[in-house]
Amino acid sequence: MAPQARPEKKIEPWNDPNAAPYVRIERITKKFGDFTAVNDVSLKIYKGEIFCLLGGSGCGKTTLLRMLAGFELPTAGSIFIDGQDMTGIPPYERPVNMMFQSYALFPHMSVEKNVGFGLEQERLPGAEIRKRVADMLAIVKMGEYSKRKPHQLSGGQRQRVALARALIKQPKLLLLDEPLGALDKKLREHTQFELVNIQEELGVTFVVVTHDQEEAMTLSSRIGVMNHGEIVQVGTAAEVYEFPNSRFVADFVGSVNMFEGRMIDDEPDYVRIQSDELGGTVLIDHGVSAAPSATVWVALRPEKIMISRDPCEGPDNCVRGVVKDIAYHGDLSTYLVHLPVGKIVRVTQPNVVRKAEARITWEDQVYLHWHASSPVVVTQ
Amino acid sequence: MAGQGYLTVGERISVSLARFLHGIVSSPAYRWLRRHGFRGRGLVIAIPYLWLLSFFVIPFVIVLKISFSETQLGIPPYAPLWQWVSEQAVAIKLNLANFMFLFEDRLYYSAYLNSMKIAFFSTLLCLLIGYPMAYGMARAPAAWRNVLVMLVILPFWTSFLLRVYAWIAMLRTDGVINDVLLFLGVIDQPLVMLQTDFAIYLGIVYSYLPFMVLPLYANLEKMDLTLLEAAADLGCRPAKAFLRITLPLSFGGILAGSLLVFVPAVGEFVIPALLGGPDQLMIGRVLWDEFFLNRDWPVASAVAIAMLVLLVAPIMIFNYVQGRQMGAHR
Repeated sequence: MAPQARPEKKIEPWNDPNAAPYVRIERITKKFGDFTAVNDVSLKIYKGEIFCLLGGSGCGKTTLLRMLAGFELPTAGSIFIDGQDMTGIPPYERPVNMMFQSYALFPHMSVEKNVGFGLEQERLPGAEIRKRVADMLAIVKMGEYSKRKPHQLSGGQRQRVALARALIKQPKLLLLDEPLGALDKKLREHTQFELVNIQEELGVTFVVVTHDQEEAMTLSSRIGVMNHGEIVQVGTAAEVYEFPNSRFVADFVGSVNMFEGRMIDDEPDYVRIQSDELGGTVLIDHGVSAAPSATVWVALRPEKIMISRDPCEGPDNCVRGVVKDIAYHGDLSTYLVHLPVGKIVRVTQPNVVRKAEARITWEDQVYLHWHASSPVVVTQ
Repeated sequence: MAGQGYLTVGERISVSLARFLHGIVSSPAYRWLRRHGFRGRGLVIAIPYLWLLSFFVIPFVIVLKISFSETQLGIPPYAPLWQWVSEQAVAIKLNLANFMFLFEDRLYYSAYLNSMKIAFFSTLLCLLIGYPMAYGMARAPAAWRNVLVMLVILPFWTSFLLRVYAWIAMLRTDGVINDVLLFLGVIDQPLVMLQTDFAIYLGIVYSYLPFMVLPLYANLEKMDLTLLEAAADLGCRPAKAFLRITLPLSFGGILAGSLLVFVPAVGEFVIPALLGGPDQLMIGRVLWDEFFLNRDWPVASAVAIAMLVLLVAPIMIFNYVQGRQMGAHR
């Protein structure tokens, strides 16, 4: 898993009832003809946050971002930035800058001119523009490329120029549309950390749109998961990953094994779920609020399942199966285990042992078990 | 081939073309050629070169040759460039008098100048009218664009000559425009429009406007509109964004369109002959008179060569700029 960007000195303004949100989105709806792209979304984003809007294509995340920038007008609802109502304010008067997915660098201008474009609009003296451009290019480490044209730069370099251009006006809010989408894997990881560092250095509030859950987890202070134009869950990366509130979130963020079942024991401090899909029972060490007869789903992350050739102690949280496929990733291996009832369970385990003979292999009879704190019950 | 009944006409054509090409490539003759260093590439490149050679270079050389010879009465109406003066010697006589004559007689000088002036202002007018048209077309809803392009091309379906003649009927003192204006009471004397500069400009702008609009449209249509959003996002108002982003990026289209209007307008003959007055000297007219009235082929050829030289400069500038832009978009 990607490392957490800022583990210590955690400020969590969203948990502080007195904190005033920096960006307040109030019941925003956007319709294109009959199609509702964004449906009654309300959000509070706090100063200094990196807020990620995560969702698949067509979920409305880009439309929401474009409404913040002012390129789309909401059909209903309003947006407040730093207390100011943005309704009716055109993009060129908003205290917001955007980094476009395609970067949208002006092809006929040099790097310097591109970055200075925003300041030029403010009619600042030439000397000041030159100084601020040089400073900003130094921050993104593009100083020596200032005379180049965009077509003479690599993808990563263009990305930095686009970032510099968006940051130079010191916006209250920086919008980033799939900021790392066009970069290769190595460069992405590098740039992710750089982006977080620059954000901390300048103290700008970021709103990032992405379809890549790994990108969202590494960058974000909080994630808003979107589906069909609605925000389904808002929380930190760990909250969204470990405590998904729906099947959609559990499935979209990371990979998950989902078992349909119903509760047979419903106590305040534990529940037991009978699942025919699993062919067994699941014991969970905390109470769950759900109607006793309702269908529930048990979500179980692949890395939280232990796999072993030795039998486990049943009957709860223990099933038998046969290994049908193995994907070796180097650090981890993913096992696809066929249960007797027909369901295939995905299990990931770190490769602790180097010798191949010691490892579980194809067609091995294995036992899967997990701790009673690992499964998550979702009801929708 | 089974299932060929399901192919569209286009697909059938490509299938037969592919078979035909395959037949050529696998033929023994082609294999023999290949073994001797022949490449299909060479053939593909040779065709346009042959075309240029036979329809541009050779005629040009002939005209160039004529421009250096002397007039004479006879068929052809010019003296040969070389003669056998004795058994072993060929005398080549390059007659520069035709070119000198162009400089001496003010007629040619002013005709060139006038042609350039009319072509320049026509190009400017085409640009001023054509740019908003092309811009409007490029920003129209995608479903309309093809229709709008069709409308621009539509006049080409009628002969150019007919369209110019039609303007005579429009512009005459008893023509459509005057009739309407008189009827409406806007004027009480018919306006003299035919055989004026106005008529020449009208004719040229009307005829060449599509050549300005189409390259501009092609250029503006492929422009990335997120660039304008980026400009707005950085605090640039729409009017200024047009000047700073759209206009510079459409420079290639402006240049292409201007060249397509300017170059033929300089040598235009039909429009000034039909719509212009007798006092309007344009170089196309002079050329015609030298060839067909004076039957002075050498001077006429010299006029043609001089015009070509004058037009080479803008074409070279265009090529240079286009080459740079091609590099920029790679």
